[in-house]
Amino acid sequence: MKKILVYVLLLFFSLLFMAPLFWAVTTALKSQSELYLFPPKWIPSVWKFSNFAEAWNIQPFNLFLKNTLLITVLSTLGQLISCTLVAYGFARFQFKGRDFLFLVVLATMMIPWEVTMIPQYMLFNLLEWINTLKPLIVPSFFGSAYFIFLLRQFILTIPRELDEAATIDGASKLTVLTRIIVPLMGPSLILVAVFQMMGCWNDYLGPLIFLNDQTKYTLTLGLSQFKGMFGVDMQSIMAITCLISIPPLTIFFFAQRYIVGGIATTGIKG
Amino acid sequence: MAQTFLHQAGEPIAQLKPTRKRRWGGVVPYLFIFPWIFGFLVFTLGPLLFSLIISFFDWPIVGEVRFIGFGNYAEMFTDDPLFWTSLGVTLKFAALFVPLNIIVALGLAILLNQKTRGSAIFRTAFYIPSVISGVALAMIWSWVYSGDYGILNYFLSLIGIQGPDWLNDKQWSLVAMVVASLWGQGSMMLIFLAGLKGIPKDLYESASIDGAGKIRQFFSVTIPMITPTILFNLITSIIAAFQQLTLALLLTGGGPMKATYFYAMYMYENAFKYFKMGYSAANAWFMFLIVLSLTFIVFKSSEAWVFYEGEMKKNPQEKLKGQGRRRSL
Repeated sequence: MKKILVYVLLLFFSLLFMAPLFWAVTTALKSQSELYLFPPKWIPSVWKFSNFAEAWNIQPFNLFLKNTLLITVLSTLGQLISCTLVAYGFARFQFKGRDFLFLVVLATMMIPWEVTMIPQYMLFNLLEWINTLKPLIVPSFFGSAYFIFLLRQFILTIPRELDEAATIDGASKLTVLTRIIVPLMGPSLILVAVFQMMGCWNDYLGPLIFLNDQTKYTLTLGLSQFKGMFGVDMQSIMAITCLISIPPLTIFFFAQRYIVGGIATTGIKG
Repeated sequence: MAQTFLHQAGEPIAQLKPTRKRRWGGVVPYLFIFPWIFGFLVFTLGPLLFSLIISFFDWPIVGEVRFIGFGNYAEMFTDDPLFWTSLGVTLKFAALFVPLNIIVALGLAILLNQKTRGSAIFRTAFYIPSVISGVALAMIWSWVYSGDYGILNYFLSLIGIQGPDWLNDKQWSLVAMVVASLWGQGSMMLIFLAGLKGIPKDLYESASIDGAGKIRQFFSVTIPMITPTILFNLITSIIAAFQQLTLALLLTGGGPMKATYFYAMYMYENAFKYFKMGYSAANAWFMFLIVLSLTFIVFKSSEAWVFYEGEMKKNPQEKLKGQGRRRSL
């Protein structure tokens, strides 16, 4: 009896959570005449797949895709390199001020982005980086607190004998990192890459603040431009909404195991 | 556990090669953490201090910079009705969103933690909305909430309710935003789920031997054991409420009649619409202080209600003094 109740509730809430998504997908496939009906039609009578191509051509979405990919790939690369180096430094060395500095790393996670946003904007303005992709890429090469924390925790679980053995064989600290540690860090590096890729792909406020020119726009900015644009119909907006949601959803399905574990770690250790 | 193990393993070898260690111990570690140090100074600490400094200036993006002391802060409190409006909107939003967010996330996590088939599928269904972009989320909800053609009002009409034009209704637009935000609760649910899975089974066994029913077990075992997770989620929810900007920009633009004019939006407009950088920095610092003090209050109060595993085993009284809060191994 209790089991049945649990299943009913699970099913009910699943439907509740999936309904808006389902509604977005079917809207994207509707023809103009079925768009504004009340009561609405859940399943379109004709599936208009051409909506996707039409919507894609309303704005230069190819260009937006190129910009988004460039930012996502480069900043993910930056995070992987910088956070690995820093995490290794914190996990494997004794040095003056280490514990204090690591506390500072953790503390920076508490600072709201809004507080540093304006000076960052002014700094990038001074460097003439506004309206370029640089503000969205370059800071990634200097690490981010959460990823450093995550990777450090992971490196601590790798037995230190492995480092020592390599050191005795004459390996330098950097060689130990690249030959011994990094190959063992697979799952945690995947996690960092996945979080960074999703965060970058989905980011809206960063591009909104740092980019003005349409040729520099990202996909999310392009989609948001539809709002208030005259003569753009709902099926086009929903078509782009669905299209730009496909990559994060795909990554999620493949990396689900890592993501669920990674988020759980935050809560427990945080 | 890992750390003690590493310590023992590392010790003898370190003694074997003291000279090398001393010679290299100096600069090398700092080289490895240099990227973070540089990034911290340039992108975090520098901006943090600079924003505090310019909050005491009249600092337009172009034009003359002028020191005005506490002028920005004085203007905020005494001469800017929008400041109070936006603060009120955000507090109202937080009052609705924070408890609901925790109840929904915890409720779903408890459902998922029951022994059922296909729980991975249900978990995915609850989490998927958290994967997509905030812009996509806003677009989907603006269509769901459409007064004339939206799916929500269709469902309401089935049970005989004439739904409002959600996003253009002064009374309902903020509620609509709370609901849309709750849709993206996935991460919090996963954190709760991990917390629930971490509760030792034997606690439930001994509770049921002592004759505690399911409901009693929930309140006497489950809730106390996940109070640290509740604390974490409470603080992140509060911060999230104060940072709510994307939905406001895209769903309502702050309207109707400033009913959804969030504090983050007020700050954003001061900086990037009116280019009053100093004033906006003052707004940001005020927000920072509010969030810090709320976090502090939550932390302080947590001594009374958060239960850390391990304190019980030594001395139950210590909990009240706020001591002995180390996890026993």
